[in-house]
Amino acid sequence: MGTNKQRSRFIDWVNGDTPEKIHEYSYVKKTIPSHTEQAHEEVITPKKARLFDIGYRITAVAVCLVVVSVLLYTVFNLPLFGSPNNPASNEVVERYVEKGLEETGAVNAVAGMILDYRAFDTFGESSVLFIAVGCVMMLLLRDKNNISAEEDALAEKERIIEKEVKDPILQKIVLVVTPCIFMFGIYVVLNGHLSPGGGFSGGAIMGAGLILFAASFGTNSVQRIFNMKTFRGITTIALMCYALSKAYSFFTGANGLETGIPLGIPGAILSSGLILVLDICVGLIVACTMYGFYSLFVRGEI
Amino acid sequence: MSDFLQTVVTFRFEIAAVILFGIGFMNLLLQKNLIRKIISFNIMDSSIFLFLASQGFIDGRVAPIIVNGVTDASNYINPIPTGLVLTGIVVSVSVSAFFLALVHRLYKKYGTVEFDEIIMLAKKEAE
Repeated sequence: MGTNKQRSRFIDWVNGDTPEKIHEYSYVKKTIPSHTEQAHEEVITPKKARLFDIGYRITAVAVCLVVVSVLLYTVFNLPLFGSPNNPASNEVVERYVEKGLEETGAVNAVAGMILDYRAFDTFGESSVLFIAVGCVMMLLLRDKNNISAEEDALAEKERIIEKEVKDPILQKIVLVVTPCIFMFGIYVVLNGHLSPGGGFSGGAIMGAGLILFAASFGTNSVQRIFNMKTFRGITTIALMCYALSKAYSFFTGANGLETGIPLGIPGAILSSGLILVLDICVGLIVACTMYGFYSLFVRGEI
Repeated sequence: MSDFLQTVVTFRFEIAAVILFGIGFMNLLLQKNLIRKIISFNIMDSSIFLFLASQGFIDGRVAPIIVNGVTDASNYINPIPTGLVLTGIVVSVSVSAFFLALVHRLYKKYGTVEFDEIIMLAKKEAE
């Protein structure tokens, strides 16, 4: 009897009469655009429009070819690749490399450069990330004005699926892997002034760990420890901390005062003055931002 | 001919960057799908990063992480392009996220990510 039923289901499937629910645990959101019929009906394009389209394509290809050939011509006239005498490696570079260890205390010259000599630039980068999250939040955050009843029902359904469906293999593996990812991220952040890495890469790793956890356990489980409130708190406090500590060092540097922050022994974790603090701030901002992007795109909430 | 080939091999990274830039630029102009436009924008970004990183490289030198207290500048590559690439990556990520959020809103309103259809529907709406 059972096989009979199965066979009939199989025949149905072959004939294309699929039962309504194929996958009980997942569903594909069927968006029926409000303007489908207008959009997909045979549109008789006027001759003018078609000509414009062809003209546009030809112009685009021509413009691209011109740009690429000009750039290629420029490339052949660049200073020789890999030569030590090319104008890019001038006295600024020498100064950064030769005096960097002495002045910033960072073994990693890149970290010393971006977080000490050019720290204002990095502050701008962190602000850009912060503003980007703000913009995405403005566009995607779900509130009363931004959500229809239909979408609300869908989100509710999603929440129920998330609560009921548990994938044991995935969740067990993620439970093992996530702490390792976090540990590696923290290691990269804290060793930013000693080895390759720093706030941006370490923050991105930690953000990836959070995203992995959220993707396998559901956003709700992350919300218990990381919600809108903590997100706001961490990002603003980290940005403020960055701004204040850098303002202090700019103030003292401009007036020729002693900073009073010991540079420590090069190579030790607790060395190189403010760079470690700034690295931690940047790492926190980047981790929060990465997770914020994911969460806003998936759910419209953090 | 062999001279030319020699030059091409010497400038391989820059040439690859220019070609990638061309691919990205052409797709940016020709693709109608907004998501593909964003992807091509990212390809252009990557080409710029490759170009900058190749400008900082110097033959036979190591990454600017000071080991054994050797602070002579003739041992290390140029650290400045690395910092510029970092800035570029951050801006590229932020801009991509912003674009994607805008496309998300457009999709919500018009039900499509095709540029032409969005323009058509918007024109119809304005009438």
